[in-house]
Amino acid sequence: MTSDSIDIINAFALLTNFVILPALSYGSQLALGALAVTLVYSVLRFSNFAQGDSMAFGTMIVILLTGFMIGRGWTISGIPTALLVIPIAIVFTSMYLLTMDRLIYRHYRKIKAKSITIVMSSIGVMFVTGGIVRFVLGATAQKFEDGERFIFSVREFKAYTGLEQGIAFKTSQFLTITIAFLLVAFVFYFLQKTKTGKAMRAYSDNKELALLSGIDPDKMVQITWLLVAALTTIAGALYGLDKGFAPQQYHLLLLPIFASVIVGGIGSPIGAIAGAFLVAFSEILLTYAYKKFLIYLLPLSMHPSSLVQLIGTEYKYAISFVILVIVLLIKPTGLFKGKVIVDE
Amino acid sequence: MNNLNNIWQSYRAVISFALMGLVLLFVGLNQSWALVIGIINMSLISAIMALGVNIQWGYAGLFNVGIMGFAALGGVSVVLISQQPVTEALDAGGIKMLFALALGAATIAAGVLLNRRGVNKWLISLIVVIGYLFTRFYFSEASKLIEKVDPAITGYLGGFGLPVALSWVVGGLAAAGAAWWIGKITLSLRSDYLAIATLGISEIIIYVIKNEDWFVRGLKNVYGLQRPVPYEVDMQKSEWLQNIVAWIHRSELQMLSQSDQIDKLGDYIREASVVFVKLSYSGLFLVILVAFIVLSNLALNSPWGRKVRAIRDNEVAASAMGKNITRQHLQIFVIGSAIVGVAGALLVTYDGIFIPTAYQPLRFTFLIWVMVIVGGSGNNLGSVLGAFIMWFIWIQSGPIGLWVVEMLGNYIQEGNTSLEFIEDRVHYLRLIFMGSIMLLIMRFSPGGILPEKNKEL
Repeated sequence: MTSDSIDIINAFALLTNFVILPALSYGSQLALGALAVTLVYSVLRFSNFAQGDSMAFGTMIVILLTGFMIGRGWTISGIPTALLVIPIAIVFTSMYLLTMDRLIYRHYRKIKAKSITIVMSSIGVMFVTGGIVRFVLGATAQKFEDGERFIFSVREFKAYTGLEQGIAFKTSQFLTITIAFLLVAFVFYFLQKTKTGKAMRAYSDNKELALLSGIDPDKMVQITWLLVAALTTIAGALYGLDKGFAPQQYHLLLLPIFASVIVGGIGSPIGAIAGAFLVAFSEILLTYAYKKFLIYLLPLSMHPSSLVQLIGTEYKYAISFVILVIVLLIKPTGLFKGKVIVDE
Repeated sequence: MNNLNNIWQSYRAVISFALMGLVLLFVGLNQSWALVIGIINMSLISAIMALGVNIQWGYAGLFNVGIMGFAALGGVSVVLISQQPVTEALDAGGIKMLFALALGAATIAAGVLLNRRGVNKWLISLIVVIGYLFTRFYFSEASKLIEKVDPAITGYLGGFGLPVALSWVVGGLAAAGAAWWIGKITLSLRSDYLAIATLGISEIIIYVIKNEDWFVRGLKNVYGLQRPVPYEVDMQKSEWLQNIVAWIHRSELQMLSQSDQIDKLGDYIREASVVFVKLSYSGLFLVILVAFIVLSNLALNSPWGRKVRAIRDNEVAASAMGKNITRQHLQIFVIGSAIVGVAGALLVTYDGIFIPTAYQPLRFTFLIWVMVIVGGSGNNLGSVLGAFIMWFIWIQSGPIGLWVVEMLGNYIQEGNTSLEFIEDRVHYLRLIFMGSIMLLIMRFSPGGILPEKNKEL
């Protein structure tokens, strides 16, 4: 850092370490959550306010199972135990979500209630779910990551490349990005290529027509919840592996998730993913302190004295809100044309 | 049986309120009057809040998930209006802060105006970004200067030192302003966008209040707010209260010796002063609540109210008649939020302190919604009843939960760890309990206890 020359490679390494990698993994986590919201929206026609707390529920199951496995010594060295228990956790979460659907949402579908009534009941579900999670695990933050922490650490990277600025690639980041990619690919394959997926899209486009062509609506709803459970649990577990688990933080994830969905166009799966990365990158780019980055890039005389941070970290949730507002003002249908924007 | 049912149907409101009164009377006789009046006061404030929400939901079907934020705006205005200005802080950074805020406002205004003129979007973005950077620079300088002024006691600009009653109006106006802005953006769109936007704005309002110490002291809280009613200490010195208390307890006091008499009388006067102060608050809140109910009922029976009901009952038909639905919804949303703002200001005035961490969605947004739904959505009296019932359950659910744990403890012995576990977490059961009440009422009795009569015109 003593050099007064311009050092683009180190600046880029710095940015990769503190902005690009975190934003990629955060974006992947958001994308999975946003995909779940958008699926519920397209098939069941309501904005699911319980999404954040459902993610906490899925993560809670993962944490409990992880504790159980570690207690028995059933671990594989190097791999986070949480990863091994995710399939079982998905089963539990889908059971929970299907029960909630059976007890609550099904009634409103039957009486063809206004979507806002279902939204309201989803807020009821949100509080019940949040209560269960806090009752079981408490409200304090906790970590449940075990196994190898890094794919490569800062020291290894520095030794290998000889750069002054190191890059660390955390296992959780690697897992997040890979798993999210695979899962999204699977969901798209399912929706585009399989018979059930096509039926789901048909059902989402036009319920009456779908019914006439012999699509079983109950089955569509169940499959939607199964997909949502998988997305929710995996998103929650990956977020938890990356940043630790805290019920309140999961609850607040609702804001960036909704922002992603609306930015992308509510009801559009591709839009949800694009929106998620847009929100994640804006959140991290705007709250990152650029001081060190500029020191690498600018000659000594122009080095900044302040942190050069555009927005304080405490306002990161405000960023998703502002994005939301801007999109609603300029293009309410979102980047990728979503569903019609009026009530049925 | 059929007869009983008929009586219940025709006197629902009277019977429900009478039952509620009996329960409160029971608590008063068994525990303490100060406690009961405290419950009544909080119920009255919650009733005002629920009334605002009910106007939005019952008159226009607007789903406001940000009640907490609007209530917090009311609370902030109490601090800003009634606290004495901190002259040192004003000297240190007041002008600079004013300049920063003006710069910010000018940047936004320039952006909006240039956008209307159709100037190149990139140029506008550049101007806005540069304006923002300068604003942020001056803003952080100013807030640092202000927060440095005696941070243990002040460290903020203080307020205008005006009478606290004015802050209730200002609180309403502030909430109305925020509601207007949110409504303007989302009300012409899908109905759940309003819900999402209100959720967002209320969280952000709370974040700002918690983090901007120069504004309302952030997490350091503001103590000793102005009171609209006398202090207990002064009341204890006033002769007429002493005389009344002595008169009420005369037979009991006569039996005691001289010194015991004085001690006992002192105890009674202390209790009476607390009760008196709380009762003055009750009167104040009751007057405001009744005024709001009367006003909203008058409004609902006016030509304006007929339009509101026509739109509520059949939007398509009303729209075909040339009624502007979005504008109507905006009006109702603003009015309802203003009432919530007033209630938020009253609440902080009653507490006497401003605590940002007290703003929890469960307590402010969710509990109020349960009140509206339990009481009967669309019915103003129902909201009041719902407020009383739910606040009572809310307050008593803590002790009841502990009692249940104790009872369990009698059965499970030998220092069982699971018991400690439950004791530790019992307050989270509130979330589950409240959520279940809301879901059950919505599912099995969507009208609530006092369903709204004659939905048709």
